[in-house]
Amino acid sequence: MTANDATFKWPDEGLTRIPYSVYQDADVYAAEQARIYRGPVWNFLCLTCELPNPGDYRVTQVGETPVIVTRDNDHGLNAFVNRCAHRGALLCLDQCGNTDAITCVYHAWRYTLKGELASVSFHRGVNRKGGMPNSFDKSKHGLETLRVTEFCGLIFGTFDPETPDIEDYLGPEIATRIKRVLKRPQTLLGENTQILDNNWKLYFENVKDSYHASLLHLFFTTFRINRLGQKGGVVVDESGGHHASYSIMDKNLDNSSYTDQNIRSADDGVQLTDPSMLDSVDEIGDGVTLQILTVFPGLVVQQIQNAIAVRQVVPTGVEKTLLNWRYIGFADDDADMTERRLKQANLVGPAGYVSLEDGAVGGFVQRGIAGSSDAVGVVEMGGDGFESQDFRATETSVRGMWRRYRDLMGF
Amino acid sequence: MSSAHDLLEQRLTANELQANYAACIDEDRLEQWPDFFVDDCTYRITHVRDFQAGRPMGVIYATSKAMLRDRITSLRQANIYEKQRYRHVVSPTRIISQESGTLKTTTSFLLIRIMETGDTTIFMSGVYHDVLIPQDDGWAFKEKIVVADSAAINTLLAIPV
Repeated sequence: MTANDATFKWPDEGLTRIPYSVYQDADVYAAEQARIYRGPVWNFLCLTCELPNPGDYRVTQVGETPVIVTRDNDHGLNAFVNRCAHRGALLCLDQCGNTDAITCVYHAWRYTLKGELASVSFHRGVNRKGGMPNSFDKSKHGLETLRVTEFCGLIFGTFDPETPDIEDYLGPEIATRIKRVLKRPQTLLGENTQILDNNWKLYFENVKDSYHASLLHLFFTTFRINRLGQKGGVVVDESGGHHASYSIMDKNLDNSSYTDQNIRSADDGVQLTDPSMLDSVDEIGDGVTLQILTVFPGLVVQQIQNAIAVRQVVPTGVEKTLLNWRYIGFADDDADMTERRLKQANLVGPAGYVSLEDGAVGGFVQRGIAGSSDAVGVVEMGGDGFESQDFRATETSVRGMWRRYRDLMGF
Repeated sequence: MSSAHDLLEQRLTANELQANYAACIDEDRLEQWPDFFVDDCTYRITHVRDFQAGRPMGVIYATSKAMLRDRITSLRQANIYEKQRYRHVVSPTRIISQESGTLKTTTSFLLIRIMETGDTTIFMSGVYHDVLIPQDDGWAFKEKIVVADSAAINTLLAIPV
């Protein structure tokens, strides 16, 4: 089997079974690069606020393919493969910067910020010897470009001309839920990367899995920051690939006193000695305290109280994934709001009180299934479909991911 | 102006505090870890790219000793992670400046993580940017900014650095 004709016999039970080989097989992984990352999907590239000025660039990845995002002199956004059209050398070596042109270090071929080939060194040779043939047409040797779109301060790219417009791609419910979090001009409070020793799908599934949250992440229950009066649910888009899970405070309760009472209550057992970490405000005004949203195949938009972040899921090998975190503030945040976001960011990220376990659990699965490529995982919680549900003890959005995955992969 | 004797004493004090700090973590005496800090301390783990760009985020971001205590309580009682240990290798502490009794220092560190399986990796390298102030019973950190050389963290960061 090769990447191009990778086929897969899915178990007869359908979406409620996941064959473990899908996390282990090098041919499946190679096929994903072509059918998913270069297929009809929008890949998250970086934030608009990272490229405020003409000449700004940022290096990113679409699947394994290295990509550069630039802001050109017309203030337009561009994305192209970070690969010289001459011999394939990596062009931008720094993660980000500002430049008026992109020049390959190998033979000094030079490209505009839009990815056009501007000049070839020794084009006419040296002392009239050598040089390119007259037939060489610079306009045919630009960089491989991606179509770019911008949505709520998020920059996406796609290789496939058939990919629908971003709002159609997301569907109305997911688009609305991104808009409610990422409204104003953004600032980057910081970024980091978590290296995960597992297949990318194990992480993406984990984010969609609302079933595990209160079972694996014991911080809130241990500190008795219970969430009485909270309702929640899971929204899955029509394709199955995107989801949003949320919890919402009951409007009948006064949120501030609610939080106050539960943290400082005289319960036996452990309490936070500095509860200021959880001093949150309902900045959006809709009572939603938590919203975890995914955009297939590799973006997570997270709002946990006032901790707002995006996570980019980047595969770098069958059993290796990079999780790039960007922590977001807004241009109109005052000092108190920034401090609040920074404190609440303790909840998330590689050391997050309610997220650090997610960095390990994919590896636990990857190690657990070693030698068991014929075995399958079981996802029956909440039924066998991938419809939206108004409860969270469900794996509906996990099944949705596999629906979308199988449609793209032809499995 | 400090005398040569004062300078020597400051160096010894700063180096000893750093050595004791590393030993406390490496020997898993994490309940004592907050006591290396004053009550209204700052503790932050960042990396060199964010630090140089002036971005304020921390992988861990604490503005009080109480937040450090909460971090240890959570590690011991709430968070789930594979058993692991650290081994710090720290450089001599450099005194960058001193004014009105406080010392600003930097110390390089290499942090090795040892998993229960025996897997041993360089988990982090970087520099402690510290502010030390004298207390009744010795010196303590008013501020400790851990500036990692890399923005990448393998799997998770549970134990403080």
